[in-house]
Amino acid sequence: MAEIKLAESSGAPPRGQRRHLLGISDLSRADVERILDTARALASSLDRDVKKLPTLRGRTVVNLFYESSTRTLSSFELAAKRLSADTMSLRSSGSSVDKGESLKDTALTLAAYDPDVIVIRHPAIGAPHLVARLTGAHVVNAGDGKHQHPTQALLDLYTMREAFGRLEGLHVAIVGDVLHSRVTRSLVEALALVGARTTLVGPPTLMPRGIEALGCAVSYEIETIGDADVVYALRMQSERMGPGEAFVPSLREYAARWGITPERLHPGQVVMHPGPMNRGVEIDPRVADSEVALVTTQVRSGLVVRMAVLYDLLTSGPAAVPTAVEASPLEVA
Amino acid sequence: MLHCKNGRADSLVLEGRVVDPGEGVDAALRVVIENGVITRLEPGGEGRLVLAPAFVDPHVHLRTPGREDEETIASGTAAAAAGGYCAILAMPNTDPVVDSAAVLGSLVEEAREEALVPTGFFAAISKGQQGAELTEMGELADAGAVGFTDDGRPVVSAGLMRRALQYSGITGRLLALHEEEPTLSRGGHMHEGVVSAELGLGGWPALAESVMVERDLALAGYESRPVHVMHVSAAESVDALRHARGAGVVATAEATPHHLCLTDEAVRSLDSNVKMNPPLRSEEHRQALLDAVRDGTVSCIATDHAPHARHEKDAPFEEAPFGVTGLETAFGALHTYLVRPGVLPLETLLERMSAGPARAFGLPVPRIAVGERANIAVLDLEQEWEVREDGFRSRSVNSWLIGSRLQGRVVRTVADGREVFAA
Repeated sequence: MAEIKLAESSGAPPRGQRRHLLGISDLSRADVERILDTARALASSLDRDVKKLPTLRGRTVVNLFYESSTRTLSSFELAAKRLSADTMSLRSSGSSVDKGESLKDTALTLAAYDPDVIVIRHPAIGAPHLVARLTGAHVVNAGDGKHQHPTQALLDLYTMREAFGRLEGLHVAIVGDVLHSRVTRSLVEALALVGARTTLVGPPTLMPRGIEALGCAVSYEIETIGDADVVYALRMQSERMGPGEAFVPSLREYAARWGITPERLHPGQVVMHPGPMNRGVEIDPRVADSEVALVTTQVRSGLVVRMAVLYDLLTSGPAAVPTAVEASPLEVA
Repeated sequence: MLHCKNGRADSLVLEGRVVDPGEGVDAALRVVIENGVITRLEPGGEGRLVLAPAFVDPHVHLRTPGREDEETIASGTAAAAAGGYCAILAMPNTDPVVDSAAVLGSLVEEAREEALVPTGFFAAISKGQQGAELTEMGELADAGAVGFTDDGRPVVSAGLMRRALQYSGITGRLLALHEEEPTLSRGGHMHEGVVSAELGLGGWPALAESVMVERDLALAGYESRPVHVMHVSAAESVDALRHARGAGVVATAEATPHHLCLTDEAVRSLDSNVKMNPPLRSEEHRQALLDAVRDGTVSCIATDHAPHARHEKDAPFEEAPFGVTGLETAFGALHTYLVRPGVLPLETLLERMSAGPARAFGLPVPRIAVGERANIAVLDLEQEWEVREDGFRSRSVNSWLIGSRLQGRVVRTVADGREVFAA
């Protein structure tokens, strides 16, 4: 079998010297646990009056967002600021992207400022990989099309670990539009990495052929969620479906068959959702507003987990991470 | 039907191991060429070079007219010469589409000025390749069309395909078919399977090809007309071809070097140079294609050389256009990945790259025999080389082999009695 070799672009250092977070497959179990532990230590620092840490002073984090985002962009921005990094955020609208600038040229322009980290969200699969090849920065994938959204998966693991005190042996049912979901692809891989079990539940038309290869079970019956510790509802991504390309006969029928309603839940289960929610479609408003829904907890987790990811990428790997995070370089400013 | 610039016929002597599977020759010989014609074959040729009948590529995109920044007749035929080819056939999906005698005539004229290697031109099946109305096939054939194809797009309407089969009969030219059921392949960027599920890339399932192959073989059988199936990628298409041929349908088919050497696993790199249409398929499909090449169900190896501007391929995988170049690397890649590991005999490879496609399209079959016009590819099977961006004669560098080390290289090409390439 031929080995595909990618041509290195001039200016970029050889591969392997820079660490990126392009997908969950970039991480080992130990990496995941280290990041979650770091996030936990950072969370305690955020309870203090002065929330800013000097850790990444003098570092530059660029957020490059080609898709609309509330949660991810705001939490990356705040995460960088809380760690004292210089940060700037560019959105595709209002930038030279509107004038037809290619991703390559935008990336090279930003690379001229020598940013330490480029956080990128893009509708096309492979965009973060292109930026990683073209620039000298650490690249964090904040969502590329239907491919990966690794920091979402990490914040979800963090949320589950806080709720249950463990990840090993948990059973997570992911319900809904799996086909269009980068969250699912990252989360299933991450759950497998830490020893949790996943079942994907949804209509056959939204279940990609071959997805079992990720190491999960597949079911078309909503009753399957009864067996899960965590019920993870996915957003119906109508914006990724072409005109006239309906994957289900109607949202009404979808909600009736696969919606997460109070009647379908058991005591002890928690409900998660990556947001933004379509209330009344994949999640019943009574569930969304109830105690079992951890949606705002997920958002809070997002901040500390993204702080931990930035910290982890910019320290030189596992050896440099202090066991007691209270110690320098994470001391409170 | 083939055109190239006029020039002197060469006189030269080549020596080495002559391997001409069609002539049943495998012997050390001196080949004496006088004024472009092989006049003597003398025993005792020395050296490690292999002399083979030069290659014929029935599927090349020369991008002219319209995208001369990507390829021209001069650059594309120079690439063909470097790849050991003595004849290539160009696809009509240009801008404008080759759907009128005027466009075709201007290409023929340009080829007579610029083409280093004899070049033939396909015309479109439907006007503008829109799949609605037949082109003026009679006039196009008179103007020199080697065949008809809407390559790049399928003929979606079964009714139009039937009419094309019926009407093209008056021209004696073959229909070459791009098989893709568009409602099944829509949104697809790669083969539908485990890898697409994991990557989240839209799937272009194998059956989007095979259902159209089955349809068109049924129509061809019903109308008693021959067809050529281009860039076959699916095991089910191979089965359909075998079955139809068994039932008496005259059907030829081609496979590309990338479909024979790579699988969808390569797409995990998200390198836009492994994005092509039809997409790279899984290992079972690749094995079925190899079987078909061995048993002759697929009698042609075609590069589907598809140059693309660098700035268009330097894009995220999902946004990059489909297609890769192949003329200059076909032999080296197939020799390295199939012949050397013992997957395909050298003789079979040489036959499928030369006599197979020539026969399918009614072109003269290159032969190393006394009295024949010299069409010879000189091959160094030992030479190791690295495929590099700066090593191409093509104007485009979108090769899936950039950075790969290959063993086996074309070192000299004689096409239509003239030396057109010497390394």
